[in-house]
Amino acid sequence: MTDMIRTEGLVKRYGKVVALDGLDLVVPKGTVLGLLGPNGAGKTTAVRILTTLLDADEGTVEVAGLDVRREPDKVRERIGLSGQNAAVDEYLTGYENLDMVGRLYHLGKTKSQQRARELLDRFDLDEAADRPAKTYSGGMRRRLDLAAALVADPEVLFLDEPTTGLDPRSRAQMWETIQSMARGGSTVLLTTQYMEEADRLADDIVVIDQGRMIAHGTADELKTQTGGERVEVVLADSADLSPAQTILTGVAVGDVQVDEQTRRLTAAVIGGVDVLREVLQRFGDANIALVDVGLRRPTLDDVFLTLTGHTADEVSESPDESSAGSDRGKSRQKEAVR
Amino acid sequence: MSGLALALADGAVVAKRNLIKIRRVPELLVWTTMSPIMFVLLFGYVFGSSIDVPGTSYREFFIAGVFAQTVVFGASGTGVGMAEDMTKGIVDRFRSLPMARSAVLVGRTGSDILYNSISIFVMSVTGLIVGWRIHTSVLDAATGFLLLLAFAYAISWIMAYVGLKVASVEVVQNASFMFIFPMTFISNAFVPSQSLPGPLKAFSEWNPVSSVVQAVREAFGNTGDFPPAEAWSLGHPLLYSLIWIGLILAVFIPLSVRQYNKAAMR
Repeated sequence: MTDMIRTEGLVKRYGKVVALDGLDLVVPKGTVLGLLGPNGAGKTTAVRILTTLLDADEGTVEVAGLDVRREPDKVRERIGLSGQNAAVDEYLTGYENLDMVGRLYHLGKTKSQQRARELLDRFDLDEAADRPAKTYSGGMRRRLDLAAALVADPEVLFLDEPTTGLDPRSRAQMWETIQSMARGGSTVLLTTQYMEEADRLADDIVVIDQGRMIAHGTADELKTQTGGERVEVVLADSADLSPAQTILTGVAVGDVQVDEQTRRLTAAVIGGVDVLREVLQRFGDANIALVDVGLRRPTLDDVFLTLTGHTADEVSESPDESSAGSDRGKSRQKEAVR
Repeated sequence: MSGLALALADGAVVAKRNLIKIRRVPELLVWTTMSPIMFVLLFGYVFGSSIDVPGTSYREFFIAGVFAQTVVFGASGTGVGMAEDMTKGIVDRFRSLPMARSAVLVGRTGSDILYNSISIFVMSVTGLIVGWRIHTSVLDAATGFLLLLAFAYAISWIMAYVGLKVASVEVVQNASFMFIFPMTFISNAFVPSQSLPGPLKAFSEWNPVSSVVQAVREAFGNTGDFPPAEAWSLGHPLLYSLIWIGLILAVFIPLSVRQYNKAAMR
């Protein structure tokens, strides 16, 4: 199998801030790689370098077998990019946007127009085709942006946080679209902050933090690594915190997190509902009253806590890649603050 | 496709996109046409009643000046357009496409030629209404209009560079005024160079705005009975203007394209 994306020792600095610190990525043809990490981890920087928008300071980058630095134009002919901020012209209609992109890929007039119609139809935008993109909802703009990335039927597709800021329905639609593209044999690099999204869409997941890879594997492998599900209990009385912690430690994989303020305890467990039943039993036996109890899948926070010892939120307070000396990155910066 | 053909073809696609915006936001066109009318009326009636020009009416004398000033002012729109584009995600789209690196600039400056043509047309009609006349041949008049458009095109590239350099719409507007006001007022656009004191007179004589205005005046036959200018620049205004236009383009096209690639790399 050929590798459609390959980076080695990718380094990018913004002044003193190191956005990428020796990142290695390999994406075989026809697979979906999920690049998972919090804001400021370096996901967008990596995508920008891979799509020729940014020069790396060190390292080698190959996309579709081509050296990105030496033959950027040939790379551009073979890739599609859908970014975090829908990169469509708001004064142009959906149709005009896609037609323009087709012309700029040099598909010619007939092919560009035909492709624009096809994609508008496929992305459920045919009714809005002749309305300026300004009037589109957030979800529609994202779909149009994704359609623009697909105009030239690219060999490699880059999706930078395709569902950030979308409502649940639009997110589900976007997932379906990406899944059907993956089934169609596209090579996709997808960045996301959501474990669930990477889980659903990616064959292979790379978790990055502060510009470095901190974990790599399939969704299942990562979940095992981060301890399967989480049991979470909220106590009625904070006097029970200590015995409750003892009970949970008995079933937990690793440490039990205790939040005294909210009287919430969280423990990583393996075994699902059986463990939950066991936990309830023990709390009952010890006569500890619970306000709330639940079993949930690990979130990105949990993955980070396990892998790095700090949560994703704490990471996002560190200098972000886009805030480093760029007045162009304002909109991205806002995204990061949020 | 060769580099130039690619730049022009892709530039045309971008220009079309810029022009669609006029259709979607017609207010832009209203403003583009209202301000030239205002300039013609303002200068014609305010200065026209207080300045004497030998051998011709002030309204005939100043119209070339208003034309030049308006297209130079209009060029700041190129800078604003570039700065606006740079703050939007669309530039990332453009830069990820296999299009000519210069296409966004070629398209922007190209579509601004249309803006300038519209404002010159509107000003001409307004001028004719308030008493301006062309006293020469159609060919001479056409030379005058083409020179204005060519000069405006060159200034557009300067402003495009400024727009890329500062990448903020508000700053572009303020920065371009710092350049436009002295360039247009210390010239022979509204006051004959001869009447200015020493250093200002020299600046005015060698200011390309003056030579463009002088060449356009000659093309329209609006020069009046002034003694021939002493400075070489005003003696050969068309040639001197063309040299400037060539120089500006030779410097600012490569500079702007480089700045576009650099600015977008951030």
